[in-house]
Amino acid sequence: MTAIIATTVFGIIMMFTGLFVSDKKTVTSIAAVLILALLGINILELNDATGPGLRSATLGLLGVADTTNGQFPQVLFNNMLRIDKLSMWFGTMMTACTALYILLIGKEFKKVGTHVAEYFALIFFILCGLYLLTSYNSLLMLFIGIEIMSIPQYILAGSDKRNLKSSEASLKYFLMGAFSTGIMLMGITLLYGAARTFNVAEMIPMLHSETLSPLAIAGVVFIIIALGFKVSAAPMHMWTPDVYDGTPTPFTAFMATIVKAGVFFAFLRLFHISFGNISSHWLMLIAVVTAATLLVGNVTAVFQQSVKRMLAYSSIAQAGFMLFAVAAVNSSIAWNAIILYGVAYSVATIGVFAVLVKMKDYTYDGFNGLAKKHPVLAFVTTIFLFSLAGIPLTGGFMAKYYVLLAVMQQGNLMWLVIFALLMAAISVYYYFRVIAAMYFKQGEAELSSEVTSTDKILLIATAAIVILIGVMPDLFVLHM
Amino acid sequence: MILVLLILIPLLTGALSFAIKGEGAKMLALISTMATLVVASCVSGANFSAAITFDAAWIPALGARFSLLGDGMSSMLCLLTAIVMMVVMIAQINKETENAGSFYGLMLLAQAGLMGVFLASDALLFYVFWELALIPVYFLCSIWGGERRIAVTFKFFVYTFVGSLMMLSGLIFLYLKTPGTGSYAWADIVHAGSSLPADQQQWLFWLIFIAFAIKMPIFPFHTWQPDAYEQSPTPVTIVLSALMVKMGLFAVLRWLMPVVPMGVTYWTDTVVVLCVIGIVYASCLAIVQTDIKRLIAYSSIAHMGLMCAAAFVHNSVGMHGLIVQMFNHGINITGMWLIVSMIEHRWGTRDMTKLGGMASSAPQMAIALVIIALGNVALPLTNGFIGEFMMFNGLFQGMISNHTVITVLAGLGIILGAVYTLNMIQKTAYGEKTPMVIAADLSINEYLGLAVIISLIIFLGVYPKPLLDLTAGVAQVMAR
Repeated sequence: MTAIIATTVFGIIMMFTGLFVSDKKTVTSIAAVLILALLGINILELNDATGPGLRSATLGLLGVADTTNGQFPQVLFNNMLRIDKLSMWFGTMMTACTALYILLIGKEFKKVGTHVAEYFALIFFILCGLYLLTSYNSLLMLFIGIEIMSIPQYILAGSDKRNLKSSEASLKYFLMGAFSTGIMLMGITLLYGAARTFNVAEMIPMLHSETLSPLAIAGVVFIIIALGFKVSAAPMHMWTPDVYDGTPTPFTAFMATIVKAGVFFAFLRLFHISFGNISSHWLMLIAVVTAATLLVGNVTAVFQQSVKRMLAYSSIAQAGFMLFAVAAVNSSIAWNAIILYGVAYSVATIGVFAVLVKMKDYTYDGFNGLAKKHPVLAFVTTIFLFSLAGIPLTGGFMAKYYVLLAVMQQGNLMWLVIFALLMAAISVYYYFRVIAAMYFKQGEAELSSEVTSTDKILLIATAAIVILIGVMPDLFVLHM
Repeated sequence: MILVLLILIPLLTGALSFAIKGEGAKMLALISTMATLVVASCVSGANFSAAITFDAAWIPALGARFSLLGDGMSSMLCLLTAIVMMVVMIAQINKETENAGSFYGLMLLAQAGLMGVFLASDALLFYVFWELALIPVYFLCSIWGGERRIAVTFKFFVYTFVGSLMMLSGLIFLYLKTPGTGSYAWADIVHAGSSLPADQQQWLFWLIFIAFAIKMPIFPFHTWQPDAYEQSPTPVTIVLSALMVKMGLFAVLRWLMPVVPMGVTYWTDTVVVLCVIGIVYASCLAIVQTDIKRLIAYSSIAHMGLMCAAAFVHNSVGMHGLIVQMFNHGINITGMWLIVSMIEHRWGTRDMTKLGGMASSAPQMAIALVIIALGNVALPLTNGFIGEFMMFNGLFQGMISNHTVITVLAGLGIILGAVYTLNMIQKTAYGEKTPMVIAADLSINEYLGLAVIISLIIFLGVYPKPLLDLTAGVAQVMAR
């Protein structure tokens, strides 16, 4: 709860910072401090779930009474929100990823436009939407969370307003997003008609396999379509490449990672809790969508010439793997799988984008010979790409391993597993093409901006996190 | 603990090597491989009494442990790895390598991966090392290889990666069948696999076997191999052909035969027929090659075919011969590659039609070539003889259909082997004298490296008892 309030307040603070602080460096520093503070708040709140209320003590020092008494799960707003350990854990992880993102890429915001403070404010608002998505207990809250998350993204997509591609991305995203939101509302309405409640938990006894009305099935399908749109699952993925490509690179990094992982968590929350009993009705649809997503994402990524566009398609492909966790209804580790995948994928992708924003030329040829000129950049990029491809000892391997394990625990989906593995082998082609360009080809890879030693240290730290996830995944999952 | 050293020494020195500029890396690599050889000899020496184990916690949530097992077969392969790597490093002393620090660093990392594969007794750990051994080789071939290196190495990488992923899904499947919360321990995996119904074992067999078949390689999965051997720099070719192919055989013996016994029985005929096709086909192709490197590459496929066939007849003679031959083949083919690289260095070509007169221009080298080549065709009193004899004996007694025909066809491999090997000796060592680019006989380090190889060939040819004793226990356990 504190985190939700804090991120909103921080967002407003950032807006006012834009009014009073003109130096962009200062603005970036303030944003970095605020996101670290937000991470601290999250950790303190998470701490309540396990240990004695550290937060109560902190609040006590400030002379504020602790009203929640550190009770978990917290049920708020007439049972509209239910913050449990799992959602707290995921929220904290995603906040940590955002902190990493702002530290790595925050400096590049000034290249996009003049309103740097506003961009940071929007990111804080998106985080607020993400927190709602992790803890909603009512379909209305799900809807509000999706909207709070989406609208700032439409603005971020169009933030480079003199660039035609950016405006196109924004418009496309907005129109398609509005359309999918409509479908989602329709789905929620139908579900309400069938279950006579918006509440996620109360819906469970109302949805039986025996007495399931067509209304409910239609509602579930509509929600799959709407959420599938948000996570860019095929065939609802059409907007993704154009939007990710047109959006200024620093913001693509955020939209393709943390936001996506957040929606996946919401996806899981609804489908595993509310629709868990009627999984036989939607599981095959999800499996087919997963297969289509993997196919489209991986095969199309092979043909791209620009690394940024390749990453857009790779994000579709990775979404295919995350859908595995949704399909694994009966698995005990599906939740941890999505957490680990979200973290591993986000960290690695943010890392690649952090290198990409420094490049002058976004095509593969632009990376030619990077290893000679900037060995550190080339090395960390290799680690990130290894992770995305799922090579052992990197986070991506453990993440893929967890989702595979989850879906195999579910059973009956062995064909999907094999198919996904073949697709993972294809993904090696486009990820390793970047490595081949950096290490095996001659060229003069040019940077658009200087790489400072702080950048290098941060990038190496990010690579170290990627390895850490791969070697000790235990640290990143919740032990229930 | 001594087993951990086998992995740790190359791993740490390999990592250190990246930081060293210039010639220091070469010395470091030499010292590191010597130290590893000492440890490996201790392990093999200790193994006459009992197997050594090591066990530590790794990922408790998954039941994966860092557990190593050094029994007769493992320690023999570790010893082989240590010897071969040391010989390679000795041969490299007078060679100039561009970017030496990275080159030797990657070589040592590959060695660490190989040691890990041979020692791991936890399935997930095995998989991690399996991939870890591949990654350095990918970079080694792609950076220091021949003209067509990038495409060829990529083909090799994708082939093996697809296989590995299939194996991973097979291992996860088995893991889910283990009792309790799941375990990757070798004994548990074996128990889970062997208690599966026959039909499941039959398809699981291919899921796991395909990775090993590609690595060995077995016809028709061999197409990556001649190109990869040809394009790689010689030290890497040695790692690939003397050591990495043994990973495939070793894995068949440890992670396939005991795990899905009914599947193995069901598919034995198929695999043996594929092996025999491979023997004859590769031998015929070897005869028509003019490039010595390609000739040896094809001869290697033929040898691997025979070894794989011997593995699948699983009687104690064949099994014992196979394990012994794994060692001897590694020694012989290392010698062959060393000679080839010396020829290439001195004459500037590997084309047999342009070579000749080595016996008069570099007599010491010619003698070495003849001895090693005869070892390679398994002449009595060389080390190759005892293993091949036992394998043919096993094949002839094997419980497979048409075992007489199979043995006769496989025996053709020996005759054809003599044809192409003697032809090669004739063309390179005798005939018209061709001018050398660098006119010199063996230098001191080449002398030393070949001396190790040749003394092993002759010693183990005359007195193979130590090797037979070391591996007798394992062979008994494996054969049923």
